[in-house]
Amino acid sequence: MKLKNYRGFIILLLLLIIPLVAESNYLYSTLVIIGLYAIIVQGLGILMGYAGQVSFGHAAFFGLGGYTAAIISTRFHWPTLLALLASAILPGIIAGLIGRQTLKLRELYLALATLSFGILVHIFFNEGGELTGGPSGMSGIPNLSIGSFEFDSDQKFYLLVWLILLMLLIGIYNLVHSRTGRALCSIRESEYAAENAGIDCARLKLQAFVFSALLAGLAGGLYAFYVSFISPSPFSFHTSVQFVLMAVIGGLGTFWGPVIGAVVVVALNELLREIVPLLIPGAGGEYQIIIYGVILVGLMIFQPKGLSGMGQYFRIPLKKQLKADVKIRG
Amino acid sequence: MEEQLLQLLFTGLTLGSIYSIIALTLVTTFNVTGILNLAQGEFVVIGALLAVSLQGTGMPMIAVFIVSVILVAILGGLLERLTIYRARGASNLSMLIITIGLSISLRGLALLIWGTETYSLPAFSKGGSMVLGGAALNPQSIWIFALVGVTLTGLYGFFGHTFWGKAVKASVYNQTGARLQGINLNTISFLAFVAAGGLGAAAGVSIGPITMVTYDMGFMLGVKGFVAAAIGGLSNVGGAVIGGILLGILESFSSGLISSGLKDAISMIILLGVLLFRPEGIIGAIRERKI
Repeated sequence: MKLKNYRGFIILLLLLIIPLVAESNYLYSTLVIIGLYAIIVQGLGILMGYAGQVSFGHAAFFGLGGYTAAIISTRFHWPTLLALLASAILPGIIAGLIGRQTLKLRELYLALATLSFGILVHIFFNEGGELTGGPSGMSGIPNLSIGSFEFDSDQKFYLLVWLILLMLLIGIYNLVHSRTGRALCSIRESEYAAENAGIDCARLKLQAFVFSALLAGLAGGLYAFYVSFISPSPFSFHTSVQFVLMAVIGGLGTFWGPVIGAVVVVALNELLREIVPLLIPGAGGEYQIIIYGVILVGLMIFQPKGLSGMGQYFRIPLKKQLKADVKIRG
Repeated sequence: MEEQLLQLLFTGLTLGSIYSIIALTLVTTFNVTGILNLAQGEFVVIGALLAVSLQGTGMPMIAVFIVSVILVAILGGLLERLTIYRARGASNLSMLIITIGLSISLRGLALLIWGTETYSLPAFSKGGSMVLGGAALNPQSIWIFALVGVTLTGLYGFFGHTFWGKAVKASVYNQTGARLQGINLNTISFLAFVAAGGLGAAAGVSIGPITMVTYDMGFMLGVKGFVAAAIGGLSNVGGAVIGGILLGILESFSSGLISSGLKDAISMIILLGVLLFRPEGIIGAIRERKI
């Protein structure tokens, strides 16, 4: 790691201390949600930004993680930590099972296959009867605890989620700067070329898919323990689109993109919730999706690299090399 | 029991015809531009909701139909110029994300204008249901079948016998070749979206009297249309129609005989199955020409 690259982490650490001084529950809960989304979008970022494989079904893995944690901890009374572990592993296994076939599909077809998987899982949450509690969901999920230490306040949860995110960021930083990271990028640029360079595309794509599902499941498990109640509505197609929105807003294939995207979308969400009723009296519901749609369309047209593309971001070494190659040849 | 099955068949045919029309518009835009328009369902809903508002002003139903088709056609063209045209040259995936963005914006707009209420539209012709073999056939269903017929004949006529139709066909076969012949692909993409808007609205106004209309039904309709198109192999007009009708019948039977909650699950399973095991479509084996 060059010194320059530490800066982002240091800024992040400093930012993390501020809420501890401010001690506001609203701030904590918003930051927990941002942290959870950032975990999911980091995984999605590896899949979409680096490996170049789109998914419109990650809300399904998020939900599967949440439901796994909820069912195991309330019905089977497993220790919560084990339930959390299971909430990451089960979506990972499911992703592994469906991944090999699904990831053979390209572009549009992959997008639609993941989309229909997401809708299917959402239907399962709604129609699961006894198992999932149907549309009204399940409540009474216990607090997450490690031994006798219980995560019973927003502050503790905030620290937990962001600690996980920080470790994840360090791991991903190393991943994208490793051989595997460069291999993933080469899949995104051209699968044929990657195959010819001796990269096992099917295997790597599957690994990226499973990795992103594990993270989404983990975030789902944390979410279930955090809000202690779970229902199908937060895991609909709309949420999957929101994850893609975060990844795209932050900038695909950039290191800080997912975190930036999660912060911007959640902040925008909170802001719109305050502003929209002022502009349109009597407004409730989901008017803010108009703005999301417009942002998504606008970004794809004018700034496909996302917010990170506007300023300094960590370029992928491979891209530089490719450009250099072209120069030499040209 | 037989009456019940026949009744389910009628419902399925009606529903299937609507899916067919949506699938037709998806296939046409996909063939011409390579874009899968996930906002198509929103055109259907906005068409239907516009008709609800227009009908409230006391216009006759035929005028309501025409005006709402024209308005949504304009909307389709406008959106193409504002978004797809500006992003031309972007990857298919970027285009897909753009149409998803359009879809959620349009849904939000529909929510803003029409709210969450459930609306209904009057049938095109007065009179009760016809009884056929012990099962009731809603006269509106016949209008919908007619709409499918007219659309199909229109499309075949357009592609087979008009200059523009041939130009579109040429650009489907070979974009570069078509461009070299002086065919403007941008205009063709524009026309495809105008047609998609108009046809979507026509489907919406026709289905309004049978199912209720709510602001959020568009997405699922669009996805169903896509399932129908995928059954037919995504670029096959005839396949899209057959796919839509098959899907409608399957849905109607599964919700009538098993459980209505599984209705949407069935089409998702079909879509996944088709995508994973027969990406060329179930009917793709017949290998028709592309348009």
